[in-house]
This record gives sequence, structure tokens and C-alpha cells, in this order.
Amino acid sequence: MALSRISSRSNGITRPFSAAFNRFISTDSTPITIETSLPFTAHLCDPPSRSVESSSQELLDFFRTMALMRRMEIAADSLYKAKLIRGFCHLYDGQEAVAIGMEAAITKKDAIITAYRDHCIFLGRGGSLHEVFSELMGRQAGCSKGKGGSMHFYKKDSSFYGGHGIVGAQVPLGCGIAFAQKYNKEEAVTFALYGDGAANQGQLFEALNISALWDLPAILVCENNHYGMGTAEWRAAKSPSYYKRGDYVPGLKVDGMDAFAVKQACKFAKDHALEKGPIILEMDTYRYHGHSMSDPGSTYRTRDEISGVRQERDPIERIKKLVLSHDLATEKELKDMEKEIRKEVDDAIAKAKDCPMPEPSELFTNVYVKGFGTESFGPDRKEVKAALP
Amino acid sequence: MAALLGRSCRKLGFLSSGHGARRSVSTETGKSLNLYSAINQALHIALDSDPRSYVFGEDVGFGGVFRCTTGLAERFGKNRVFNTPLCEQGIVGFGIGLAAMGNRAIVEIQFADYIYPAFDQIVNEAAKFRYRSGNQFNCGGLTIRAPYGAVGHGGHYHSQSPEAFFCHVPGIKVVIPRSPREAKGLLLSCIRDPNPVVFFEPKWLYRQAVEEVPEHDYMIPLSEAEVIREGNDITLVGWGAQLTIMEQACLEAEKEGISCELIDLKTLLPWDKETVEASVKKTGRLLISHEAPITGGFGAEISATILERCFLKLEAPVTRVCGLDTPFPLVFEPFYMPTKNKILDAIKTTVNY
Repeated sequence: MALSRISSRSNGITRPFSAAFNRFISTDSTPITIETSLPFTAHLCDPPSRSVESSSQELLDFFRTMALMRRMEIAADSLYKAKLIRGFCHLYDGQEAVAIGMEAAITKKDAIITAYRDHCIFLGRGGSLHEVFSELMGRQAGCSKGKGGSMHFYKKDSSFYGGHGIVGAQVPLGCGIAFAQKYNKEEAVTFALYGDGAANQGQLFEALNISALWDLPAILVCENNHYGMGTAEWRAAKSPSYYKRGDYVPGLKVDGMDAFAVKQACKFAKDHALEKGPIILEMDTYRYHGHSMSDPGSTYRTRDEISGVRQERDPIERIKKLVLSHDLATEKELKDMEKEIRKEVDDAIAKAKDCPMPEPSELFTNVYVKGFGTESFGPDRKEVKAALP
Repeated sequence: MAALLGRSCRKLGFLSSGHGARRSVSTETGKSLNLYSAINQALHIALDSDPRSYVFGEDVGFGGVFRCTTGLAERFGKNRVFNTPLCEQGIVGFGIGLAAMGNRAIVEIQFADYIYPAFDQIVNEAAKFRYRSGNQFNCGGLTIRAPYGAVGHGGHYHSQSPEAFFCHVPGIKVVIPRSPREAKGLLLSCIRDPNPVVFFEPKWLYRQAVEEVPEHDYMIPLSEAEVIREGNDITLVGWGAQLTIMEQACLEAEKEGISCELIDLKTLLPWDKETVEASVKKTGRLLISHEAPITGGFGAEISATILERCFLKLEAPVTRVCGLDTPFPLVFEPFYMPTKNKILDAIKTTVNY
């Protein structure tokens, strides 16, 4: 039986289905227990159980959201090749399970801060497709008003602190946010995401030391996709066990392609961080695209490796199998869902294309706080070309 | 949205060192090479001529993100040309140590925008090593190469021009080439110079600039500016990729009867004050142009020095046409850049002062 129409105005992505399933299993809150495919490996702590509490609703949501993320990234790829997106574009397809699993375990009061591969995390935090595509194409309606671009997505009301270009620089920031959360007694935590390349940055260890010293609710998440741009992890790091790199800080290694393992680990990490202080999570994940759109992604790894991971460990396929095996939807219904997602993405792109670029005066706004009244000089210095507002 | 004003002119080619140049190498022929190939040749020669020289940085093993280091690892081995992990501070510190032991460390920082974690090492360690040890130790063998400058779509972190920060540090040298032929000679000079050098390469020109480059080993002296176009009405001073834009402005100004003298500074620290001074004493007017933001940019230093030396000979205030005082923007790049028309306007205003 086909799903009934879902509202076409796509604002958030985790809306409950308004469809009435013609099934004997009620969808909304039927609890389901899923076993993670791999056990957790722990460092200086007891690993959480492999049985993850979930529900049929959540399972379907996972599928839908991850398919949306995947579709969005592929669309961004085409837009970049069509030169509608310029600058740099780092795609997240393959790693969706990390974004979705993390969201499922936390609230919007918990902060997330990440590096430049941030499109899907932004979507997970409640961003809309329209904001994503507008920002990618540099339009006014983008989440950073078109002034940030692909690497600088932010969403203040969902505690998403971006979106950072300089590798590793976001981790000390994340620990600072955690400090503020503890200081304000917010009962919230901060997830500071970074990659296996950034794991060798000195500032990470500085931030980790401070977090451990002051028991900050900071969770450092290494999204280990095994390649720092083009450098394989074994060529960049003496110890590729990133979850152990914290030394005196506990760590957990997680199968990053399994959304439920990610969810369980993040839940565990949040509880740990609120009680005992920092913890490191290493998400063993993989990206199908190259580092960015200028990287074909095949000069430093074989196509067999990429297709192997796609066949064996693809996060969406895994959820799809679970959905089908728990009889929550048929193949055809899932295909219809994917078709709708495709249409949703195409509509968002069309809408974003119609959006205007920022006004030229925006070049000078937000350099300083408004009203500070500095001047920006053009040629000659005789005429003030613009006064920064 | 205004079209890219004058940026597209870069595609038409760029300055030759022909007009009134005094370098003998400029009249030699060679192979037609682009900037990254010229730099690659320089590195091959450097490693060949000194067995104790090393090239390292992020991703240099396979040739680097801009292909500047292609073939080096294959030819000289992984012990001399190797990749480092992602840590600029560590890379430069490591290079300083290597250089202190008498080796030539040729470090690559992948983009000048990422050089800041290494800033402490460069300013506090490299620049002051010889001074604080009373000449017992030095890290003169250190050369740091970094691509800098706008590229059309680089945004905040792939377009910066940080030369001004480094020009403020006594103890290091800052060198910026304008073309393939210059780059090869200057880079070899930098590598062999007994002081630590920061060498900024204009990334826009890596593929766009093509020139005849002699194939042999040659060096272009540091701290010598070059007059690449002679004129009588106004002196223009610049470096790197900006010179291409400035030359176009000079050509347009010529049509209106203004004769412009264009000087390539080449070395920013220590810079050739005499050449610029002599030129300004002849023309009486000075215009400086660079991509970096105007406030505190290196143009300010040139302006102040020339004012001190040539005050009575100046017919008009020194003018600077530079980037705006904002972070390097993404979509607004055409507005931010010091374009040909902005320079032309400034030339005319200065001449008609």
C-alpha cells in the first residue's frame, strides 16, 4: 500500500509521518531492540551494551533522513560541477550514520561543533534544504547569509557552532563551549568533531588536557574516515587508535557506519561527560567522495576499496535491511520515499537558484559589531569608500 | 552583481621581464613553463646540487596539491622528500631543527592561510636563532614555501595574503615572485640564502602564467627590485600576481598619456629602498598595490619610507590601492580585490592632484 502524501513544504526533516500505515504493526512507538554489528572497543572505561533501544518510528526516520542527506550531497556534487557552487565543497556521503546517530542520542541544547564537512550535521541539527543549497550557492537565504559558503554553516538556535575551515581549530573552541555549559549548569554537553588528519594537531591535546583537568563535559569525536585528504592514516599517525590517544582520557571505538552503534555510543558519552568529564569517541567511518570536489578520491585508494565499503558497510543499506526485516515498509514504499526525497531536493535547489545574492553592502557588515563605526578605505584614502556599520 | 572586473585579464598572460630589465637571464630562451613547473625545476636543481637538502610538508610526496613537488620523491627518495602529518607548527619547528644542524630544509605549507599555527615558530624561533645564540647557531637553511593570494573562488581560507605579518619580523626574509622565470631564480636564491626565508607563491599564476624559463641553474639576487616598465609620470610598486593587474592599468593609462613606471619589489623584507627612491625622485608620484587589506599592509611601510626620503620631490600624496579591510570574502571577491579600474582611477587622481 502506498504511503499517503507527505506535506511538500520541507522545513525540518524529522517530522513524524502523517501517513497511515496499512499494517498490523503500529509504527509510532513500537519498541525495537537492535544489536550493533560490531562490539565497542573501550579504553579506560566499560563499553556500553550492544543492544540499542529504538522504535519503528526511529528506524524509518533514520532511513528517510540518511537518504535525504545522501541525496543532498549527490545533488551538491552536480551543482558544483555545473559551477553553481563555487569555492570548496567537502561532501559527507558515506558518513551519514555519524550525523544521524548523534542527533538521536542528544537534544538541541547539546552543542555540536565540527570542521568543514558540515552539510549533513547542519541538516541533522534542524537546518532546511533551502538554507543548505542557498548557502552553498552563496545566496541571501543561506544559513550564514551567503557569506560563509560550504565550510561555514551555523545554526545558533540548535547549538550548532559550525562549520570551520582551519583543521583542528574547532576542538579548543568546542572545549570552551563545554566549559560555558558547565559554568552555566546547563546539564548539556558539547560534541567536538574532527577528522583523522586533525587528530595530529597539537591544539587538540592542549584542549584535551584542559578539559580533563577541569572535568568539562566535552566529547571529542574523531570521524576516522582513514584518509586525511590524500594521506592514509597509517602514514600520518604513529598510533591510529585515535580513541586511545587521550591517554588519561577514556575512549570508545565505534563502528561509524552503524547508526545505532553511533547512537548508543553518543548516549553513553553524554552520560559520561556529564558525570565524569571528557571522553573520546572514534567513529570508524568512510567517505565515498574524495576530500573535496577537486579531489577525485581515487589516486590514493583503489576503486575496489570504495565499492567494497559501499557494498559491505553502507549505512543506508544497513538501515534499509533492518526496515525490511522488521517489516516496517516494503521495498516499493522505500523506493517511493527515495523518489519523494529526490523531488524534495530538486525543489529546494530550484528555490535556492531563484534566491538573490547578498547585497554588495553586505561586504562590509559584521566585520565588527554594529555601531562600532570604523571605516574601510578604498583607493586614494581621500574618499572614505565605506563606513563599516 | 558586477562582473569580475579585470580578474579575467589574468588569463591573457602576464608580464614578461623584457622592458628595460637589467637581468641577463631575462634575454635567454628556454622551455615554456608555467609557475608550478618552474618551481618544480628549481626544487629539482636544489636537491640535486646539495645532498643535504630536504623537501617536506603535507602531501608533497605525490607531487603536492599544486604539483610543485612532482617527481622529487621518485628521483631523490622518500628519505629526502617526505610527507608530514597535518601540523604546521610541528612542520616548521622540525624544519628549524633540521636547518640548525646545517641542512637545507625546504618546507611546504599547503596554503598561506594555514601558516598561522607556525607563526610562533617562525617569529620566535627561526627569526631570532642566530641573534640570541650570538651566532653560534642559525637556521639559515630554512625556506618556507606557501601558495598565497586570491584565486577567484578561494573564500576566507584559501586566498589570504599574509606577507605583512612576516615583514614585521627582523631576522627572516620575505620573497614573492611574479612569474615562472623569476620564481625559479628567486627560489634557488632563497634556498641558498644563509637566512631563513618565507617564499610566497601566487597560486593564481600556477597554471595561468607561462613563460620561457632557462633550464640551467640560475639565481636571481634577493633584495633587488626590478623596474619592469619605465615611465616618467608615476611610479607603481607591487609584487606577485598583482603586477599583472597593475601592468594592465599602466597600458590603459598610457592611452591617456600617462607614462607609468612599474617596479617589482620581489623581496619584501629587506626591501630595495634605493630603487624605489630613485624612481620616485624621477616621477614624483607613488602608487602601491597589494591584495592584502589596506590597513597595516606592507604598502604602509613603503609609503612611510618613501615619504621620509622623497618628501620634497613628491607631487602628490602616496596612494595605496589594496584589498578592503574585511575578511577575504567569498561571493564578494570582485568587490574586495584591487582591480585594474581601481588602480587606473588612483593613477589619474594622483597625476591630476
